[in-house]
This record gives sequence, C-alpha cells and structure tokens, in this order.
Amino acid sequence: MSESLRDQTGPYFGEFGGRFVPESLIAALDELEATYRAAKADPTFRAELAELHKNYTGRPSIITEAKRFSEYAGGARILLKREDLNHTGSHKINNVLGQALLAKRMGKKRIIAETGAGQHGVASATAAALFGLDCVVYMGEVDTERQALNVARMRLLGAEVIPVTTGSRTLKDAINEALRDWVTNVDSTHYLLGTVAGPHPFPEMVRDFHSVIGNEAREQMIRDFGGLPTAVAACVGGGSNAIGIFHAFLDDEDVRLVGYEAAGDGMDTDRHAATLNFGKPGVLHGARSYILQDEDGQTVESHSISAGLDYPGVGPEHSWLKDLGRADYFGISDAEAMDALKLLSQTEGIIPAIETAHALAGALKLGKELGAGSTILINLSGRGDKDMETAAKYFGLIGSK
Amino acid sequence: MSKTAAALSAPGPKLIGYFPAGFPTLAESVEAAVVMCEAGVDVLEFGVPYSDPVMDGLVIQKATEEALANGFKLRQLFDAVKQVTSRVSKPVLVMTYWNPVLQYGIERFAQDLAASGAAGLITPDLIPDEAAEWLRVSDELKLDRVFLVAPTSTDERAAVAAKLSRGFVYAVSTMGITGAREDLDTLARGVVAKVRKADPEQQVAVGIGISTAEQASEVNEYSDGAIVGSVFVRAYSQGGKDALAAKVRELVAGLKK
Ligand SMILES: Cc1ncc(COP(=O)(O)O)c(C=O)c1O
Repeated sequence: MSESLRDQTGPYFGEFGGRFVPESLIAALDELEATYRAAKADPTFRAELAELHKNYTGRPSIITEAKRFSEYAGGARILLKREDLNHTGSHKINNVLGQALLAKRMGKKRIIAETGAGQHGVASATAAALFGLDCVVYMGEVDTERQALNVARMRLLGAEVIPVTTGSRTLKDAINEALRDWVTNVDSTHYLLGTVAGPHPFPEMVRDFHSVIGNEAREQMIRDFGGLPTAVAACVGGGSNAIGIFHAFLDDEDVRLVGYEAAGDGMDTDRHAATLNFGKPGVLHGARSYILQDEDGQTVESHSISAGLDYPGVGPEHSWLKDLGRADYFGISDAEAMDALKLLSQTEGIIPAIETAHALAGALKLGKELGAGSTILINLSGRGDKDMETAAKYFGLIGSK
Repeated sequence: MSKTAAALSAPGPKLIGYFPAGFPTLAESVEAAVVMCEAGVDVLEFGVPYSDPVMDGLVIQKATEEALANGFKLRQLFDAVKQVTSRVSKPVLVMTYWNPVLQYGIERFAQDLAASGAAGLITPDLIPDEAAEWLRVSDELKLDRVFLVAPTSTDERAAVAAKLSRGFVYAVSTMGITGAREDLDTLARGVVAKVRKADPEQQVAVGIGISTAEQASEVNEYSDGAIVGSVFVRAYSQGGKDALAAKVRELVAGLKK
C-alpha cells in the first residue's frame, strides 16, 4: 500500500459509495458538498468547531486504561477512548455539531434526523436547541419503545419525535422517512444524517467530523501509552464511531483495525445485523455498499438487541476497507455483548452502551488471540444510561431481590 | 422513434397510469393493468415492489408492502408484463428502484424485459451520472429509459436528462413524494420548460401529486402527458378493478373535454 488510504475522499471508495437518490435531492447534496468544502478550508469554521468541541462537548476525550477488565482479555492491555464522556453521552455529537454549523451556513432553519438508539437524535435535538433550529427526529416505532428514555430526552430538548410505523419499524425505516421529508422540504431543511452511510458527501463528511476521535487517540497513545496500539476496535452499525477511530490509523500498516457487527441471536442464525459478514454489494439509502438483502434486492430485516446496530446496511468506506483487507469485521451476539456490558460495569465502574458492548466483547476475544504484550484501543462510543431498561430486564435487576 | 414517444407525441392530451405489479396478487395486478389500458391510459407504468421506496407516499408504500407480503418475486415480473403486453397494445414501462435491477443483473434484467414486450424502464433513484451500464445495455436492446428532472435540477442536469432519456422525460411536478396533492405546483411548468429548452423534440410528462382530471388537463396544456398513480391505487383498494376502471375513465373523460 503505497498510496495513503487516509486521503481517500468520496464520492467513491473503490466500487462503493456514489449517489443513488432521486434527482430531487441532487441540488441539496451539491449545495451541502460545496458548503462543506468551503467550510473545511475556512479557518473560522474550524475554529468555531474546535471551540464547541472544547467548551461544549468536553474534548479531547480521555483514554482510560481498563486494568481489571484486561484480566479477562488474554493478557492484552485494554485502553478505552472515552467518547461516552462527551456531552449527550456518545460520539454522535462530533458529527452533529459539524453538520449543525453547516446547516447554519446554508441558512437552513430546520434540521431532521433519523435515530436508532436515540443517541444521534438526542445529539441533534441538543444542537438544535443550542443553535435555535427546529428539529424533527424520525425513529422506528420499535426503537421508541426500547429507547424510551431517549425519546423523552429529545422531547425535553424541544424536538419533535415521529415514530415510524412502516417496514421493520427500526433505523432503516427511519432513514426512509427522513429522506421522504427531505425530498419534500429540501429548501428549508438540512438532513442531519447520523452515520457514514447515505449519498455523497455524507460518508466522507461524517467521517471527517468523527476523525477527531482517532486523531486525538493516536496522539494520546504515542504521548501517554508508549506508542501505537496493536489493534483498534469499535462496534459497527452504520460505521461512524468505527471510521472515526480507524481513520487516523489507516496508514499505520502494523495496527490492526477490527470492527464488530451485531450478530443478534448468533452468526449461525439468520437473526443478525452482520452486514459486512453476510451481506452482498447493492444499493440502499443512496450509496452502493454491502447490504443484507435477498436475491431480489429486497432489504432483509436485521436483528439486534442494540437499536444502534440494528441496521441492514453499512457505510461504503467500510465495505471498501473490508474488500481491501485493511480492516476485519466480526460478529458479536446479543448474549456476548450483554456479558461484556456487565463485565465492564463490574470491573471498571463504567456502564457502556449496548452498541459499545459489542466492541468490548470483541476485544475480549481479540485479546486472547493477540496475547500478552498486545494493546487494544477500543472506541467506547457511548454510555449505557439509555439502555438501563433493556439491561434491567435482561439481567432481572428490578424487584425485591 | 420509441413506441412510448410515438404514443405521447400523437395529438391530444395523454394519461400515463401507474399500478404496482403483484398488488394485491400477481394475477390481480395483471388484470388491473389490462383494465387501465382498456379504460384509456395511453402508457402503462408497472411498478416493481421494493422494500425501501423512498420516492413513494403512503398509498403506494402500503400497496407495494402488501405485494411483497403476498410473495411477489422479481422473476414473476417479466411473465406478468408479457401477459399484459400480449393482451393490450399500449406501451408498458416498468418503474423500478435500482437495487432489484442490480441484484438481478442489469444485462439480464434488460434482456428479460425486452423479451416480455416492455418498452423500457423508469428509474426514480438512478441518476444519469450513475447509469453508465444501463445506458449501454438499453442502447443495445433499444429499450426506453426514463430519467427524472426536478424543480431543483440545474439547466445543465435537465439537459443531460433530456439528452439521455428515451420515451419521455419524467418531470417531477413538485418537491415531494408520490401522493395526491390538492394544488399542483406551478413549479411543473418550469421543469417542463427546462427540458423543452434543452431538447424541443423530447417528450416530457409530468408526475407526482396529480389526482384530478382538472390537474391532468392543465398539465397537458404545456407537457406531453400527465402521470397518475396513487389515485388509481387508492381506487383499486377501495373498489377493486371496477372502481379502478371508473377512475381511469373519469380522468380520461375530463382530459378529452
Ligand atoms: C453509543 C453508540 N455506539 C455506536 C452506534 C452505532 O453507530 P455507528 O456505527 O454509526 O457508530 C450508536 C448508534 O446509535 C451509538 O449510540
């Protein structure tokens, strides 16, 4: 690999990416791309975003060494990049603040967003409150139930939450509904897409906004933890937190990059969300990428205990990295993730999001493979407050005993 | 000249009618399509049910969801089209989101489509920029290919769509998704004008949101045809093929007044 993988931009990542959307959206995508390119080159924009990162989100996020958790990881040293400590509780805010600033630059007074776990919706509602924008969040009905606390948070922040009752009533359908809203209201509205999927320029732009995670972490590793890690691990839904931490390390050939998808009931069942493991290339939500689909190209419903990973597509850059062999992607079942969630809670006093727990469970396996002396940097993408109801039910925590 | 373009350029106002294949079942959708042609649509648009139809409003979403739930498979499409084209002489275009075509194979899809007697494809989520293979294959097989032009399309993009479309250009009347609208946007005139300016010979039909005979007539004053879908699907859902035929006749009668 002589060329820098880090320099890759859209619209295509190899054969993946592009713009497979109705013509009605092309002008808005062009406007967004032009605004983004101008902003990226504008020191004022960069300073504004950096200021928000520092004094609103609380960046840089720290790296915590998980010493007691490491004991379960085959002797590997486990380090946690603490995106859970960001304001609103996950990595999602990094992208949201960037796009909200762009919405302001474009003079758009209304933002819409899709959300699965609700973290992106909460971050969007937060930015809307901060910047005085109207905010509508589309959320699959199934997800409004399993992430009820986040629905309340969004409403308290002043956003309108619209439960989506079509299709599988999860993240995929929330994106469809957001796209329909955008086609209709594109003059006044910015679609604040929450992951590295969708039509160009979203995959590249959202990646850039999250690349702060890896940029900070790479520096912190060298400065405070004795050098580059052996491996970097993250969970993969649409792929934003994973690409955010991977990106800085793409050209460090010795650093392994590993993404963990939701395997739901298990990799030997058909109830999972392991798109890169079991999907085929196709077109969904505006981009060519791996997709869980049947032979007719109908999207197949995904399954995961984690709303944020319950998505039958994935960002095109991940599809490209997979085919290049630069990153590996494995599946983690609901049960493995929940065990890891409990383990981190009880060894480190950190309750992670269920999404994030997939990366933790993966790192436990990876540590056993890499062995003593290895270092695994995990993107701790979010905190578990939103998941307490699911966890309480799963572990039977509420009641008299 | 393509059969579709010929039909649309004949004198008089034109009606293009949409119906989803497989709704509520394959056999019934064939009957519905035939009924629409017999009742007076000039061109039939047969829709492929797809799991994620981002251009469609609730009426068509529900219908195509039902078609999929009732077991619609892509390979049945071509046989269904053949049944329609063997019974009526109106041009039949298939409207499909792109992923089903990609998975079936663009070349194979086009060959089976041509063999079924369909005139070509309308592709709501395929822009000319991404269509290289489809352009080549449709040229080889002389299939119609209908691209969309929106109110927000630049003159440049409208010109590309006008140049590359065959059969007609689909002028999106309004910013939005399919479904009946009370007041049809005047934006439609602008879209048609853009296409006309780029290529005065090209056919242009207007769709999205047309629900009444008055709207369909008005659209025909400045374009080559009105595209109507949701209203027909709703009529069928409420009263079966008799209601569908009555709705088509009502619009055609209003049009020819
Ligand atoms: C904490 C957390 N991690 C990960 C994800 C998955 O998204 P992505 O793969 O885009 O990072 C979500 C999505 O809701 C999330 O809330």
